[in-house]
Amino acid sequence: MALLEIEKLNLSIKGTPILRDVGLGVDSGEVLGVVGESGSGKSMTAMAIMQLLPVGTEWSGAIRLGGKALETFGEKDMCALRGNDIGMVFQEPMTALNPVQTIGDQVAETILVHSGKSRREARRIAREALNRVGLPEDRFPLSRYPHDLSGGQRQRVVIAMAIALRPKLLIADEPTTALDVTTQAQILKLLKKLVDEDGMGLILITHDLAVVADMADHIAIMKDGEVVEAGDTLTLFRKMSHPYTKSLFEASSHVPSRSPVHVPGRGKPVIEVSGVVRDYPLPRRSLFAAPGHFRAVDHVSLAIRRGENVGLVGESGCGKSTLTRAILALDPVQSGEIRLNGGVFSTHGHGPDRDMRRRVQVVFQDPYSSFNPRHRVDRLITEPFFLLDEQPDPPERRRRINEALVNVGLQPSDSQKYIHEFSGGQRQRIAIARALIIEPSLIVLDEAVSALDVSIRAQILDLLADLSDRLAISYLFISHDLSVVRAITDRVLVMKSGKVVEEGLTEDVFRNPRHPYTQELLAATPVLDEALKAREARAAANGSGASS
Amino acid sequence: MLPYTIKRLVSLTISLMAASLVIFFVIEVVPGDPASFMLGLNASPETVAALRDSLGLNAPAPVRYWQWITGLVQGEFGISYTYKVPVSELIADRFWVSMPLAIYALVLSTAIAFPVGVIAAAKRNSPTDVSIMGVTQLGVAVPNFWFAMLLVLLFAISLRWFSAGGFPGWEAGFLACMKALTLPAIALALPQASILARVMRSSLLDTLGEDFVRTARAKGLTRRQALWRHALRNALIPVLTIIGLQFSFLLAGAIIIENVFFLPGLGRLVFQSITQRDLIVVKSVIFLLVFAVILVTFIVDVTYAIVDPRLRRART
Repeated sequence: MALLEIEKLNLSIKGTPILRDVGLGVDSGEVLGVVGESGSGKSMTAMAIMQLLPVGTEWSGAIRLGGKALETFGEKDMCALRGNDIGMVFQEPMTALNPVQTIGDQVAETILVHSGKSRREARRIAREALNRVGLPEDRFPLSRYPHDLSGGQRQRVVIAMAIALRPKLLIADEPTTALDVTTQAQILKLLKKLVDEDGMGLILITHDLAVVADMADHIAIMKDGEVVEAGDTLTLFRKMSHPYTKSLFEASSHVPSRSPVHVPGRGKPVIEVSGVVRDYPLPRRSLFAAPGHFRAVDHVSLAIRRGENVGLVGESGCGKSTLTRAILALDPVQSGEIRLNGGVFSTHGHGPDRDMRRRVQVVFQDPYSSFNPRHRVDRLITEPFFLLDEQPDPPERRRRINEALVNVGLQPSDSQKYIHEFSGGQRQRIAIARALIIEPSLIVLDEAVSALDVSIRAQILDLLADLSDRLAISYLFISHDLSVVRAITDRVLVMKSGKVVEEGLTEDVFRNPRHPYTQELLAATPVLDEALKAREARAAANGSGASS
Repeated sequence: MLPYTIKRLVSLTISLMAASLVIFFVIEVVPGDPASFMLGLNASPETVAALRDSLGLNAPAPVRYWQWITGLVQGEFGISYTYKVPVSELIADRFWVSMPLAIYALVLSTAIAFPVGVIAAAKRNSPTDVSIMGVTQLGVAVPNFWFAMLLVLLFAISLRWFSAGGFPGWEAGFLACMKALTLPAIALALPQASILARVMRSSLLDTLGEDFVRTARAKGLTRRQALWRHALRNALIPVLTIIGLQFSFLLAGAIIIENVFFLPGLGRLVFQSITQRDLIVVKSVIFLLVFAVILVTFIVDVTYAIVDPRLRRART
């Protein structure tokens, strides 16, 4: 008998169908990967198992945990089940913990709620759970608060809460999406270890095929509230019988075709950053001491040539966003110089004029919050026009709006619509149109495809490659996602602790990383092909064919 | 925690010094000369000048400021121009009416608002919530003096449970005084309680939507446990802010209610002193009120840090 069985789960919220005939199963000691894009219903499936559904939800079908049917359970029975038999880990570790309680109290609470154990005993078990997830007592006493911890450490606390009572089933909903690659690798390893040690069943919900290829024994692919394909990992990836699985697979390893003539080192640089330093003041230690400084960017130099795409990678806190802000002249630099098309763009105490400023445009990560919802598209994308000394006359304005929209694959008629009428991918196209319309020399793409689903991301990458070829625009492409950087850039810079530690042609750096930090980053990045090959090798070694 | 408290104390002292300067110079530029007001319209200029001299009004401004401040520190507020008694005595009598009234009203308002706000949030969109929201909307809209008159009509005139006004003085005993303050405190508290309950409800609803409440539910806590153990304390910051503001209002803004109930409070004292150009009283009472407000702000700031450990680290 399987640990968890879901049969013909149909779910609707206030009459809108969300899930249709979902069937899943997971056994003890086994990892089930649930893969799908946003809106595919994968999180709602998890919440249905937990019975933590929004008001107005109706569902039918069967969810059985260890043979017991959840539909017969009342709210009281479910409370006894949650945290005890089913543990859950969520996507966003920064907000998943109560900020005003110590981590010890929060982990011990799981134990206190479910068992008649004394406070002292509960704290002992909490300590044990924290030790198991790699938060040792000397550095992480029970009395610490969540704000003292990094994202990865907080996620470990959430995992400790979920596994403190050794549940039979653990549900992890995008547990590493918000984390850096090296932290992601550690957390995934930890989850795998806990599954092996406790014989838990694990449902790993993710949008990342490479992660499930590495972790999961079985995979279910979801689309629009349905499971379109399910099976054991190797068989599923070998066959890919459903066209959607195939398109997901292709999109996640998509490399846009670019015209091959990108010989770096020639042509004059569009932007030259030399020796830039950016300090942040630290809080004063005492009333009379001079405030200290935190050096977020430490003598960074780089140059980008016309039509060249340069990638900037590094983990959160490495200074890449601060460097971006300096390049956009949003923050002043403390030392060093930024030159644009040969002229001085900004130095210490001196910012760019309007004409200079319009030559550098930016596309941000979140296509949902970077537009004013009350303006129409034509007004949104012509916002950079205020940087022009002379406003274009109405026919010229019209022509440029249409040209920008067509360039990013939209229709001229879209200019009269509001932003809520567009999907995430379309919004990101509009953001690119807004950057393009003023004919910049450089576009800074700050995690510009990180919030997009893989299939949309592939389309946007194609668009960016096409624009850079046709219009000879230079990109500074900032991302924590190494596979995307590899797909789109000519050269790459790796940043760590405010310094560029490695720089070179993208393919060279990815094939032969020289700096230990780059090697560490690359090793931690899940790669679909490699994960599958490793899995095949393991399967062959076990002599058991496709099953693992 | 200690560095944070010290930092707040430093900020408190600076605020007080700034406030005293502002009060002094605003009173300086207010039209109307206390000396001529005290002597009436027919006084000769010589008499007025002599009185100004004896009141110390001719000394240079910095000297008078210094005398005022050093006096305040020693509890010497000066002599009232009109009553000819020490200002400290005048204020002390009134203060022991206004302060208990403000505290009484605040305790009432908080005691009503907390449970009401929590129930409304816990039963969101239920008939209970809808009726609570309706009643508090009314409470916000109704002026407190009108509400005070209704209270007098019902409890003092019809039922004869309370007297319609006046204050017996603390010599009459604690219970008698509290009884005299009950109707005014209710009149003051209900509009404040309505505001506070609405803030409590919306703050709690925001917090209930937070990720960590979902985490608590996933641990197996019931809805009620998640609300009490996780949501409530996180929802308190905006509520504390409003409580701090309300206390300042209750202390200084009770003048209308004091008039309705014939209470000899600070509000009435200020009002009378302004009409009589008794500027030394005005100056002292205003400074006292500012001091109380800044002190309450300090207490609220320290409470923030008790509620939220993130604030304990002193920041610039």
